[in-house]
Amino acid sequence: MATQSTAAFTKQLTKYYSFYTGGFIAFVIVVGILEQMGVPNKILGYMFLGATILLYAGIGFMSKTAEVSEYYVAGRRVPAFFNGMATGADWMSAASFIGMAGTLYLSGYDGLAFVLGWTGGYCLVALFLAPYLRKFGQFTIPDFLGARFGGHIPRLIGVIAAIVCSFTYVIAQIYGVGLITSRFTGLEFEIGVFVGLAGILVCSFLGGMKAVTWTQVAQYIILIVAYMIPVVWLSVMHGYGPVPQVAYGYALQKVTEREKVLNDKATPDGAREESVRQIFRDRAAAADAKLKSLETGGAGFLAEEKKKLEDKVAALKAAEPQDAKAVAAAEKAVKDFPADAAKAKEQWTKDKGVSARAAPIKPHATPFQGKDEKASDIARKNFLCLILCLMVGTAALPHILMRYYTTPSVKDARQSVFWSLFFIFLLYFTAPCLAVLAKFDVYTVLVGSKFAELPAWVSAWATVDKTLMNISDINGDGIVQLAEIVIGGDLIVLATPEIAKLPYVISGLVAAGGLAAALSTADGLLLTIANAMSHDLYYKMIDPNAPTTRRLAVSKGLLLVVAVIAAYVTSMKPGDILFLVGAAFSLAASGFFPALVCGVFWRRANRLGAILGMLAGLGICMYYMYMTYPFFGVKAPLWWDINPISAGIFGIPAGFIGVIVGSLISAPPSKEVQELVDHVRYPSLEGDISTVGT
Amino acid sequence: MQLTAKHHEYWNRNLIITSVLLALWFVVTFVMGYFARELNSITILGFPLGFYMSAQGSLIIYVVIIWYYAHYMNNLDQEYGVHEGEED
Repeated sequence: MATQSTAAFTKQLTKYYSFYTGGFIAFVIVVGILEQMGVPNKILGYMFLGATILLYAGIGFMSKTAEVSEYYVAGRRVPAFFNGMATGADWMSAASFIGMAGTLYLSGYDGLAFVLGWTGGYCLVALFLAPYLRKFGQFTIPDFLGARFGGHIPRLIGVIAAIVCSFTYVIAQIYGVGLITSRFTGLEFEIGVFVGLAGILVCSFLGGMKAVTWTQVAQYIILIVAYMIPVVWLSVMHGYGPVPQVAYGYALQKVTEREKVLNDKATPDGAREESVRQIFRDRAAAADAKLKSLETGGAGFLAEEKKKLEDKVAALKAAEPQDAKAVAAAEKAVKDFPADAAKAKEQWTKDKGVSARAAPIKPHATPFQGKDEKASDIARKNFLCLILCLMVGTAALPHILMRYYTTPSVKDARQSVFWSLFFIFLLYFTAPCLAVLAKFDVYTVLVGSKFAELPAWVSAWATVDKTLMNISDINGDGIVQLAEIVIGGDLIVLATPEIAKLPYVISGLVAAGGLAAALSTADGLLLTIANAMSHDLYYKMIDPNAPTTRRLAVSKGLLLVVAVIAAYVTSMKPGDILFLVGAAFSLAASGFFPALVCGVFWRRANRLGAILGMLAGLGICMYYMYMTYPFFGVKAPLWWDINPISAGIFGIPAGFIGVIVGSLISAPPSKEVQELVDHVRYPSLEGDISTVGT
Repeated sequence: MQLTAKHHEYWNRNLIITSVLLALWFVVTFVMGYFARELNSITILGFPLGFYMSAQGSLIIYVVIIWYYAHYMNNLDQEYGVHEGEED
């Protein structure tokens, strides 16, 4: 099959993808011209989504294969540069593309934990895993655990861990796919999920890893172009030049100055902010008073309050002339009045929550804010722990590690990690600057403008989705105050083209980019799950004599089943997406990382060690999440104030201790296993054994 | 397959470069993160230093770490004759 040299193949690929990029840009220009000719936005949105999904389907179809090594590892001939792009798309999910800049906008410095964690993790991939896994050269991560530690048990735990963390993560991706499809085409969320699912399956079903790799490269190109254009434009518009990543410092300074003004009651702007905050404080205090009376007065107090409202309706109705609006409002208040004490408590506790909107603005660039030094130190501790969990998790997620099996050599694997991080870095080091530029716009242009003449993008988004943009004149002065605006994180990336006054075609491009990010990650994850089941569970453990055709048939069948289950679970909209993502990282970090690293770097590590290490890591991590994450309802006290999302901080050391103790109390590994360790440590040895999977 | 002294030397040099780069990674991430509040009192190009390091500076260093490792190890493979053939 390898009839071509790597160099010639790379040249051919470069040619193909250059044509492809040129073609895509031409397509965007054509859509732009259509927009100028007056084609409605909805049609343009359909064109973008339809064209890109067709494109992925085309690549997927052309990459169909019946060969095992092509299906599982793309024939091991993906050049470092292109594997880097594919890894970039595989890695950057909907959460990175749409959510990241918004998280930074909302949480300032503390949100940078995600930026650091999701890039610095590649240092661990490069130093500890990628070259060694490539030398080992089989198909899956459980393959390595099975060969290195022997027996079915380490492999089986690996399979379970791979499925648990990939499945948790894939739900978050399909959720993103559903969200984007429904927002830009107007389909129902549930239908959007299944339409998106079809988009995912056309990429991977016929050609497995080979098809996924080549579509991911295509998806990377779209997503990075879609991310960069609006940010660069916005930066040029504000006079910071085309490289905002080094020039946005002055925008940050202005944001910081503005924060001070708005927080200072002595300035006119600050006084207006304060008047809004005072209204929120009063509302919260009123709700609090009612809660207290409810505690003492019970049902009697409730009836009394309702009576008051009814009297008011009667009084308004009796008045001459009658104010229809006021009557309607008062009647609504009676109708919305909570029916019983439990409902009242719930309602008023929620009302009391508006006190959060009365808080002063948090300075964007200041790290670890807390009410005192102790709170600030706890914030710092959690910031650092979250970074560690995300980094180690990055270096242990099977869908990423698997990509380093696909390069032609160990040398390429090392270079490929460099290209991977480089391509990921392009987006991640832009996100913080987008967050600041958007904040600059909101603080200086939007705040202080008149409600009668809001910028177009604000009124547009406020009518589309209240969770993304909610703005109302609380203190009735006709001027926008910052405290009167509630912005949802996802808005930042989605609205940037409009903030930068770009035509709608760029909004369509951004949607296509978000879809590419979500689809590519979902592809990689689903393939990981299906491969763990078909290759590790079925072929290696149940029927090692299965013929090739049946192996691939089982794999494709499972891919379909897993995809449908994942879409079904997603359409029920389970819990908190950010927590799901964080949980996947902590689980992978605790389950895989210690066993994988010790497998390469510690010759003495053996089967019992691996089993104990993986079980201890996963066990502690799951236990801590179960005990402390509010969703599960146990709400046990935190250990050393560590948040449940960083449960891996306990799981990772438990995993290492497990590997060390388990290995030392049982016999050293056999001579064959020791030879395997030497085998993976040296790119090439004389008289070397061969572990390449067939 | 018998490992020679040269092989052991290769592995030791790999361990040394791995440790050095890992230490750099640790300092850039955790030591600088720990002192972010203090670093913020320094301003460069309008950026508070602690903020800029976490938002952009550290990321650049990560990319350089990985590039250097690949470059160093690929040369080391050649030097110790453990590199792969052209058509592996």
